Order: sequence, then C-alpha cells, then structure tokens
Amino acid sequence: MTLERNDPRRLTVVSGGLGDPSQSRMLADRLAEATSETLAQSGIASHVHVIELRLLATAISDSLIAHTITPGLQDALDQVMGADGVIAVSPTFKASYSGLFKSFWDLVDEEEFAGTPVLLGATGGTARHSLVIDQAMRPLFAYLKALTSPVSVYAAADDWGDVYGSSDSTKTAPIHERIHHAGATFANLINAIPSRPRASKHHPTEIEVTPFEQLLNG
Amino acid sequence: MQFGVFTIGDITPDPTNGHVPTENERIKATVDIAKHAEEVGFDVFATGQHHNPPFVAPGNPPTLLAYLAAQTEKLILSTSTTLITTMDPVRLAEDYAYLQHLAEGRVDLALGRGNTGPVYPWFGKDIRAGIPLAVENYNLLYRLWHEDRVDWQGKYRTPLNNFTATPRPLDDTPPFVWHGSIRSPEIAEQAAYYGDGFLHNNIFWNKEHVIEMVRLYRQRYEYYGHGQAHQAYVALGGQAFMHKNSQEAVRQFRPYFDNAPVYGHGPSLEDFSEMTPLTVGSPQQVIDRTLEFRDWVGDYQRQMFLIDHAGLPQKTVLEQLDMFGEHVLPVLREEFAKNRPADVPDAPTHDFLVERARRGESPVPGGREGSRAWSDAQERKAKLDAASRAR
Repeated sequence: MTLERNDPRRLTVVSGGLGDPSQSRMLADRLAEATSETLAQSGIASHVHVIELRLLATAISDSLIAHTITPGLQDALDQVMGADGVIAVSPTFKASYSGLFKSFWDLVDEEEFAGTPVLLGATGGTARHSLVIDQAMRPLFAYLKALTSPVSVYAAADDWGDVYGSSDSTKTAPIHERIHHAGATFANLINAIPSRPRASKHHPTEIEVTPFEQLLNG
Repeated sequence: MQFGVFTIGDITPDPTNGHVPTENERIKATVDIAKHAEEVGFDVFATGQHHNPPFVAPGNPPTLLAYLAAQTEKLILSTSTTLITTMDPVRLAEDYAYLQHLAEGRVDLALGRGNTGPVYPWFGKDIRAGIPLAVENYNLLYRLWHEDRVDWQGKYRTPLNNFTATPRPLDDTPPFVWHGSIRSPEIAEQAAYYGDGFLHNNIFWNKEHVIEMVRLYRQRYEYYGHGQAHQAYVALGGQAFMHKNSQEAVRQFRPYFDNAPVYGHGPSLEDFSEMTPLTVGSPQQVIDRTLEFRDWVGDYQRQMFLIDHAGLPQKTVLEQLDMFGEHVLPVLREEFAKNRPADVPDAPTHDFLVERARRGESPVPGGREGSRAWSDAQERKAKLDAASRAR
C-alpha cells in the first residue's frame, strides 16, 4: 500500500501533559494545526487523533505489572503504530521526559513503529530545560527508529506570553513562529516519504510463521 | 474433555493474616491438592518447574509426580511446564520414561521455555537462544524416545554416538507432549510440526493472544497433514475463585488478588476479570465463562485451572476443589459434549497412543505422504535436484 500524493494523512498526537488544561497539550495541538496547515497547502487533508496519556495513566501502569492492555490503551497504541506522522510532546521532569511518557513508549512495538515520522515537543517552567528534546527525547526515538523531524519546539512557561524581542530569551523567534516552522518542516517530511504498509491491529493479519524445517536447521 | 488442576507452587503470605506456609507445608499441601483433585473428579494434575524462591514447584517434576503416581489411581500426571530450554533432553527422556513405567502410562508433559531470565545462566544457557534451544532440545528428546539408538550432533549439548536412552518408553509409546507458549509462533509451529498438542496458559493475557496462537497452531497442524484444523489438540489454562454467592466470592478473593505476586498492586479485580479468563463469582459464572473459551478456540481437549495460589489457605483451596467437583465439572462435561463434532478427538491417553501407533497412524514429524507440507517438500527437493543437475 503506497499512498497517493494527495491521500489524507493520519496524524496522531501524544500529549504527556498531566494537568488540565496542560501546556503540553496546548503545544501539541498547535503543532498539529501547523502541520495540517502546511499539508493542506499541498492539497493534503489530515485527520488528527489526540491521545492524552493522563487519561491512560492507570491502564499504562497496570499493564507494566500485569500483562493486560485495556481496550482504550490498545486503541492508543494502534493509533500510534498506524499513523502517518506522530507528534509527541512531554513535560520536562528532572531534566527529562516524564515517567508516564516513557512508560507509554515502552509499550509500543518498535518493529511496527520503526520508520514513523515524529515531531518532538517539550514544555517546561523555564528556558533552562530547553535541551530536554535533544538530550532525552531524541535518543528514545532513535532507539525506536523513528524518523524524527530535525526541527522541534521547546516551550517554556513565559514563551506563551512573549512576542519578538520582549526579553533576552525571545530575541530569536516567538513561539508561534517556531511552532509554524516546526509544523511546516514536519509536513514536508511526511509529504516527502512514501507511506509504507504497516500492520494495523484493526485489521488483524495472519501471524507470520517460519517453517519448522527452517527453525530446525537454523 | 479433560479437566485438570495446575500449580506453580508459589509460597505467598496470606494477606488476611500474614501466615506464610513453610516449604514443607506447601510441598505436602501440593500432594494433598493433587490427591483431592482426583477424589472430586479432576482428570489431570500438573506441576510447574521452578528453581527459585518463592516457589516450591519441583526443579525436576518427576520427583513429585512419581510420588503422586503411587498415591493416586486414575489421575493423569503432567507438567505446567517443564523446561525444554535448560533441562538436558537426555534426562527428560529418561526421567519421564521412568515415570511413565511407574505410573502405568498416566503421564504426559507440557514443555515451556521458562518465565525467569536468570534460570538460563544458572544452567549455563543463553536466554537469547531460548527458541533455538527449545527447537534443538525437543528434536533430540523426540528422537531419544522414538529411536533405540541415536547418533546425534547439535549446537547446545555434547554429541551422542550409538546412544540409547533408558528405560525405553512404556509400550514403546512416549508420553504425549503439549507445547506451551503464550506469544511465540515458533512454538505453535513446533507443536504442529510433530503433531503434538498446544497449550496456551491463557491466564494472564488478553484473549486476542490466545485466539491468534491457537488458530495458527490449528492451521499448521492441518498443513502438516496430522488431521484437520479442528482436530488438533488444544489445552487451555484458566483460573477461578468461587462462592455460592458471587458478591461473597469477590469479597473473599479480593485481598488475595490485590496482593498476588503476578498481578497484585496493578489492575483492579474487576478490570483483570474483564480482560483475562479470571472468574471470581458463583459456580454458574465459572461455568459460563469457561464455556466461552470454546467460542474463542473451538472444541478443545483439556482445561486446566489454577486454584492454589496467591496465599490462599489450604483449607480454602480444598473447598474450592470440592465446589468444582460438585457444581462445575459435571455441568462442564455435559455442556462441552453438546454439539461437539464426532470427529474431534478426546485428549490423548496412553492407551489411545498405543492403539494409534499399532494402527500405524502416529503423526510423522513434518507431515506424512499426501499432506501439503509433504508435497511442498517434494517440490523443493525437485527444484534442488534440477538445480544441481544443471550445474
């Protein structure tokens, strides 16, 4: 299955935000909008599906102890593994992503997820944590063999009130511009790569079997 | 249809009073459970194999099973599972054949790869080779049971020249083997290749895994020409806690569930019951739930129940067995027999296997002449021959 150029794309947003409202959710939504806008300019519609990990917190921790996966959690994992692009945003905890965010990705089948384009985002109290994406999140997604978009967005609390040049930390670009830039880059990445067939749990495929003679002569 | 009890031999504190049985108490309790299982009408008792606390399941199950063979009359003695990865296949061949003689054939075994990583290095094996070990070791075990003299060379044990495993299996008919696996398609394939049985432990997992794996095993069983898919040998696990009043069952079992080593402190009893086969309620609920398994996997041959775990007191476990015998097993036997196609075989017994061998109908590993696997192999061979002639 190869996507036609103008086929709609499925964007799955994973927000690791723990509050409601949450900064991470806000950033995730804005990144999804920016991505969709750029895709739309190329005549490509996008379907955005948002996963809030806080709503799955109990299911995620239960699945670590027993092997059970609730239908809601399974649906979230399927949405992630079947997406044409994933936008993953975590709050910054102790110089890294949150434990909940990591636990969710621990449940993702890395073989099914490999090759998925991913746009990274993170939020935090101050700009001092802004390396969390490059120092913590990129290695995680490198392990998962994702195609991480080179432009990501870190949003500190005061970014949301800032405009060009109002403080030392925004001498560069205010957040809406950085979001737009990241979304556009991600959209171009999604647009540029052919979608590859990915097994989806919604359409169960036969389990692949290695003939026993082959196992025996392994 | 056979019904059985399987145990993992866990020593778990009773969360309601803190009582921890001694190893001696728990081992003796295991014996009493098996004997009582026979008294109330179960067909099978199976023990796990463990090499680490908090388990007292034997490191070599025939030790327990031989003792039970002497104290029971009809019960089939089995494993749940014995480790094909870290046990020497020569010892498995010898020990289970010996047990088979003592038990007059009331023996079969389920093979598994083991559930704790450290067991591998304790026995000098590499966990990364789990599947290849299961494949090579079972192939050797199979040959040791079926061939009087074996010349063998493999990757994981010393070679054998002109070796005879003793004693020979009772009536030259080895015990029936169930291959246990939760998620590895290779093991379902292995079971199908040899025409053996497939056991899904079923108890901790979402039912989708169970359904997919059994379907794969059945398809491949047919491919290898041992019979039609619906005639393949399937065993499932399950677990239940009963009281005649279902609210009372939940009230009594909840502290045990909430503190159980394998799922305690995780999902709620209600969520876990929803997602897995655990049934806590009235005997009728246990009956209804167990009958559902047939809708998942088709008519099958053996249903095992985990009953003595999570710190439940021995008295309670024996009462649970009584309830199974009185209220559950008779109804399950009757219901499972309804609408069961006549060509679905019963679970194999020693007498059946001996008779089948006499008729020359024992499965041929890899498929007998006429099976799809056999024609595929012929085709591959013809191609290879043609290629070598061309060279």
